[in-house]
Order: sequence, then C-alpha cells, then structure tokens
Amino acid sequence: MKSTIDRREFLTRTGFTLAVAVTPSGLKVFAMGETDTDSEGFQPTVWYTLSSDNQLTVMVNKVEMGQGTHTALPMIVADELDVKWEQVRIEQAPTRKQYYNPPQFTRMGTGGSGGVRSMYEPLRKAGAAGREMLTQAAANRWKVPVSECQTSESRVHHQTSGRSLPYGELLKEASQLPVPENPRLKDKSEFTIMGRPIPRLDIPAKVNGEAKFGIDIFVPGMLYGVVARSPVYGAEVQSYDEQAARAVPGVRHVVRVDTPEVQGSSFRHAGIAVCAETLDAAWRGRDALNIKWSPGESPTLSTESVDRDLVAGLEKQGLSARSDGDVQGALGNAHQQVQAEYHLPYLSHATMEPMNCTVHVQPDRCDMWIATQGQSRNLDTAVELTGLKPEQVHVHTTYLGCGLGRRGRIDFGYEALQIGKAIEEPVKVIWTREEDIAYDLFRPGNSTRIKAALDKQGRVTAWSHKVVAPQFSVRQGSSIDTQATSGLTRLQYQIPNVSVDWVRLENPIPVTFWRSVGSSHNGFTVESFMDELAHAAGKDPLEFRLQHLKENPRLHGVLELVADKAGWGKSLTGAEGRGIAGYYSYRSYVAQVAEVSVDRRTGKVKVHRVVCAVDCGPHVNPDTIHAQMMGAITMGLSAAFKEKVQFADGGVKSLNFFDYHLLRMSESFPVEVHIVDSEDSIGGCGEPGLPPAAPAVANAIFNATGARLRRLPMTPEQVLQALKQV
Amino acid sequence: MAQSITLKINGQSHTVEAEPDVPLLWVIREYLQLSGTKFGCGIAQCGACTVHVDGQPMRSCQLQVSRAVGREITTIEGIREDHPVKQAWIDIQVPQCGYCQSGQIMSAVALVEKNSNPSEDDIIQAMEGNLCRCGTYTRIKQAIYQAAEEVRNS
Repeated sequence: MKSTIDRREFLTRTGFTLAVAVTPSGLKVFAMGETDTDSEGFQPTVWYTLSSDNQLTVMVNKVEMGQGTHTALPMIVADELDVKWEQVRIEQAPTRKQYYNPPQFTRMGTGGSGGVRSMYEPLRKAGAAGREMLTQAAANRWKVPVSECQTSESRVHHQTSGRSLPYGELLKEASQLPVPENPRLKDKSEFTIMGRPIPRLDIPAKVNGEAKFGIDIFVPGMLYGVVARSPVYGAEVQSYDEQAARAVPGVRHVVRVDTPEVQGSSFRHAGIAVCAETLDAAWRGRDALNIKWSPGESPTLSTESVDRDLVAGLEKQGLSARSDGDVQGALGNAHQQVQAEYHLPYLSHATMEPMNCTVHVQPDRCDMWIATQGQSRNLDTAVELTGLKPEQVHVHTTYLGCGLGRRGRIDFGYEALQIGKAIEEPVKVIWTREEDIAYDLFRPGNSTRIKAALDKQGRVTAWSHKVVAPQFSVRQGSSIDTQATSGLTRLQYQIPNVSVDWVRLENPIPVTFWRSVGSSHNGFTVESFMDELAHAAGKDPLEFRLQHLKENPRLHGVLELVADKAGWGKSLTGAEGRGIAGYYSYRSYVAQVAEVSVDRRTGKVKVHRVVCAVDCGPHVNPDTIHAQMMGAITMGLSAAFKEKVQFADGGVKSLNFFDYHLLRMSESFPVEVHIVDSEDSIGGCGEPGLPPAAPAVANAIFNATGARLRRLPMTPEQVLQALKQV
Repeated sequence: MAQSITLKINGQSHTVEAEPDVPLLWVIREYLQLSGTKFGCGIAQCGACTVHVDGQPMRSCQLQVSRAVGREITTIEGIREDHPVKQAWIDIQVPQCGYCQSGQIMSAVALVEKNSNPSEDDIIQAMEGNLCRCGTYTRIKQAIYQAAEEVRNS
C-alpha cells in the first residue's frame, strides 16, 4: 500500500520525511520540507543521493572519532536500498538543520553511544523507501506486477522474463512516484551488508597520513594562536606586558579571551591570546607576556584536599535519588550486613589530538574548522559571538583524534571564535598537551559507600547506596545529578529495598562527560560490591548475580554467555584468578570475565585476557563492535591501573604523559568479544564496554589473592597495601 | 633569527625560513603542511610525531630542525602505499580515531625493516613509546606479525 505522505504525520511518527526530485546528478531522496512552500520552520532532511552511474552518496550526520560511524551508517542505507557496497561513498553532512539529530532536529552532535542507535531506523526507512520506488518504476516500465520484481546490487530484476535494469536508468521514473509512507523493511535474513565485518571507509586515509583532523587544517593567510590561561582555578590577569609580546618577530596580535561558564563549576580560565605568523613565534610571544595572576579562588585545593572532601562527603546527608521499600528495616533484620567504601579519582580525557580550532571570522561570514562532537553548539556559539545569521556560519567537521566526551564541550571553539572575531584574520588555535590536561573538564572523582542486607538464603534484601560526586548534569525540575546516580536509580538486580543518595561535592574543578560517564564509576562500585556480597554469602559470583537477575534476561544472558566462553568454573591456564562483572548502559548489556595474575613482591598485576559478551540488539558491523569493546576495555583498564589527575595549589598539577600515565603496549591484553545474536531493542556500542572492565579485574585480583581493591587506580602500591590486609 | 633551512623529506628538497631551534615536527607539519605527522605531547612521551631520520625512528618533536639538515627524513607520506605494514594495518583494521597511527606505523616500519621476525618482546620494545588512547594495541601487534611475515616472504 502506498500513499502520498503527509508531512506533519510522517514527522511525528518517524522524525523525518521523504520526497523525491530529479537533480542533474540523479534521484535525490530528501525531506518533504525541502519542497514545501509553507513556513512551519522545519528544515528538510537529506540522507542520500543516488546518481545515474549508480553511485550512492550517504550524508552522515555523525562525526567519526574512531567508532566507525562513517561506515556503519552508510551500511544501513546501502543494505535497505540494495546497492552494491563498492558503489557507496559518504559525505560528512554540513552543520545545517536538516541534518540535525532526528527525531527532534534541534541539535547536531555525536555522543552517548547514539550514532547507530538513533539513525538505525530513520536510515533503514530512507533506504527502503528508495528501494520500493525504484522497484515500482521498473515494474511500471515492464508492465508487470511489482510483486514479481526483486532488487539486488543496484539493479531491479524481473525473474519471469529475465529482464533487469540498473537503478541509474530508473531514477527519473522513480522520482515521479509517490513516496511510500511506510516502506517494508528487510527481514534480517535478507541483509546483505549489515551484520558483515565491512572494512571501514576511513581507514585507508588514516593509514596513509591523509586523514584531516582538526589540527591538520590550513587556511590561506592563517595565523597561529596560543593562549596563556589562568594557572589556577579562578585566577585573573592582573598585569601583562603586551608590548614585549608584540615586539617578538612574527607576533601580530595580542587579545584578551575568556571562557564560557561551565555548569556545576565556578571555574573559568580567562587568558590572553597571542597570534603570530608561526606557532613558535606565538609561543615566544606568549612567554614574553610576563603575566601577573591573582592567587585564584581556592589556593588550598590539592589532590589530598579533594580526596579528603570526597571521603568526608560520605558522612553527610545526601539528596535521595531513590527510595524503594524499607531499607533501614531490612538492614535491621538482615541475617548478615555487608558494607564497603570505594574511591575513584578525577580522570582526564587525554585524547591523542589535543584541543584545537581554526576559525575565520569575517564581516559577513564565519568559518570554523573543528574536531567536535557538538557542531550545532559551536554554530550557536558563533552566532552569539559574531552576531551573524546561522546561515552565515559554517562549521566544518574534521575527523576527531578521539572524542571521549571532551569534544562535546565548546570551550575550545568559543576561545578560538573570540580570537578570530578580534583579529578578523584566519587563525589556528593549538593547545599543547600540558594545556589539554590543565584545562580539561574531568571525569568526576567519586567516593561511594554501599551497605547491603543478606538473608539466610544469601539473597540481597536491601541495598543502601551513597555516592559523593560533583554536580554536572541536573535535569530541569530535578535536584539530582543524573550522572552521579546513573545506573543506580535503575539498578539491574532485583532487590526489594533500595536507597540511593547523592552528596554533592563542592569544588571548582570542572567536570564533563568521559566515556560511559557516570557508569564509569558506578559500574565499578556496583560490580565490585556484588562480588563482595557473593563472597559474604558463600556463593559463586556468577551464580549470585544470576540469582538476582531472574527478570532481566538480557543481562542474565550476557553473563551466562561470557562465563561459558571464558570457561568459568574450569581451571585456569597461566592466570591465577578470574573475575566477572556485567553492566547495563546506553541500552546495551555487557559482561566480561578478566583473567589476571598478581606479582606479590611488586604488586604488579598482569591481565592475561578479557572475554566480553555484548547484547546491543541488532548489530550493523561486528568488526567495529569488536574494536569498540576492545577499546573501551583498554581505556577502562588504563584508568583502573594508572590514571589519576593530580591537583596542587588551587589548580591542576598533572602536566603531560610522564605524570598522567596511559596504558602502553606492554600492559595490553587480548580481548575476545562475543556478540549476542539479538533482535531485541538496539543499544549503543561506544561506551558500554567500559564499565565492567575495572570491576572484572578487581574481582579477579580478589579471586587470585583475596585482596580487595576498593580504591582506583590500582597502582602497585595500592595492590601491595591491599595484599597486606588479606 | 630565522634562517633559510633546506631539508630532504621523502626524497624531496624543501627550503623554509625558520628559527634553527624549532622542532622538526612543526616544520614538517605546519611550515610544509605534511600533516600526516602528528603532534601529541611535545616531549617524546607519546610517539605520535615519529618519523625516520636516516632510517632510524625518531620523535620529531625532540629534534631541532637545524640538526635535521643533510639527513634523510621520511614521514608517513613517504612510506609506499603497498608497504607490508600499511597493508597489514588495513587488513587487520587497526586504526580507530587514527590520530596516533602515523607514529605507530613509522615505528612498526622501522622495526620490521630491521627485524623481520620480531618476538613479542621485540615488538613491545619498539612500540612501547607509542601511545594509543583508543586501545588498538592488540591489533597493532597482530598487524606487525602479519607485516613481518610479509617482509620475510618477499
């Protein structure tokens, strides 16, 4: 059944509309809004173009930061449209409203493991609609029932007569047909591209050095901008020597800059920018500024004070994020009470590409080249700062040298725009590694106390959870930080009495999203504590979890699968201990088994392997899922073993990779990934692999040695200390 | 004072006006716009800027441009496309964000050209200085084994 779509209706139901027109290059499937004459304000949506030479160009509205979205999204369209994969190319969609995230179309950004998850259905429908129109066009030409026609590899076939036409010859006729309102989506068994490990489209350029990241942009006549920013939180410029900076050969401008406010923090890193003909001249100019800074707002802030405040928070009354049943009563009646405290540090993103941004602000036009996860926020910021109209602002997206949440913030774009506006010349602003760490917005530190009641049968009857963390994500109308309590308000285990309280940690340290966000700390505390409870109940950690997941088939399923694949319960070869953890985040279920051995003399832990099972519902590219799980586990264990931001004298003390260590090759380990063949609701893949990694390893260390690691990072010193307490 | 400096990069001669103490990295990247070589840390802690100088892998952020004069410099752009290391990187689908991979590949090329049968320890020794935040280490190792085998068989 086909009918002409009603724009409003289609929008409401699917978040996008389709219409067709013939363009010189072929059939263009795009939004009804684009041809609409009424002015309701909705902008058109264009997902792909099919040209007469059968080339499919998919407009990708998500940024590529290593997660494979530039390959996964066109796979979806190509499969439903039935085109040959070899004839697919992509374009990064421009920052224009028609490409904003459906179904709301209010912003354009990439994050929250939402690329495939949010585009799966819109792109399938877009592809399927095109396929039906092309099939109908062929059926009309041949004067045969459409039901006798099939499509494959960019052609329509009529089997009975043996006729066949390439899509390219059907574009004009197809474009005159009404757009199917509700095209038939393929059954999974009909997929020819999805579900296959398709090589990524961006990899050849990344192997040849041709891939353009933000820092690789060159604009004719471009200057280089560097910024001297507050050395400690809240410090203001008191004096500086502009003349000395200007006297440095090559220096052209000295500009005051500011930073936008950061929610949940009083921090700013106001500063002075120096623009010069070369980067080295800009740095020399900056050195010559000789800035005198005010002392800052919290001169006593240090690693020790932060850690102390986190622990002290555990004694404070928190805000109740959840209160089910009678926790105190159940604790009072417990056969056994168990309590533990966990401490997690502030973490830096440390993306390999330091922050940078190139801008050219002109009287009637603003161009911005930026490796960002949030193009529309940058566009909005440019509109605000320059006073130009949105259509005069061009945000050009490059590849991202990792995003990890850091590139969702606009501070580095905002700063570059301020400079560009002041100097009215193109300028590339580059941060050094030291600046990238010092002016990062961190993964929040966290202290947690969990108390639970076990009954005689070893079932958890009460769970009391207090989390101390700074605020950065409070929804309107709520007083609770959604990230501090993420995964806790919807604890996956069936426990009758649960309370969750959040104590706000107050300090000026800016925080933001960091791969898996709140789940990066709550996954560790929940899954470590479940292990402690299993031990207290005298049960196997896997059995204990499953016992509390009877109504949660998907988490139950990945735990069973990973246990089976890892040989849970069987003897180990090489490793000394094995630990398990499972966690739900970003609508996906991930469980992992880690195998470790521990050097009792040095406290060094060797991870022999991690086995991972993931249920993300329908999956598009299994090789990318493998890579994302491997990457998330590696990052999770980099943090778990090595990372902690150091503070001193009111600011950041950590400088570079010699004192903010990341995991290196000698510490890496094989990761085995098993993907559940699932038709269930779709989940994300970029982040959910991270939360279970650290607890699986900590639980494995316990299994190997009896030492319980409750403080991250698990440095050799921490491990030795825990071993002493066994 | 800026001076005229001539460098031989990927077999070609390039002349720039630069201060003699500017790191080679910035001359390659920003003066000559050979942007495949990446800036990661500026202090030889991450390996993103690795190039070959007279066949040896070096961190270009630590080599003053004046000291690179008269030497054979090779960047990622100078490694042939069908080099076994580049091929293996594609076959194994190593890169994720890709930012560190030029440096990884330069370290790996230097390794397999010197030792076409590297042990795991040899690989770690050659690659330990190259950081990857995306966590591609396991695939890098796999790709090096494959590339080394290719070199051995050729």
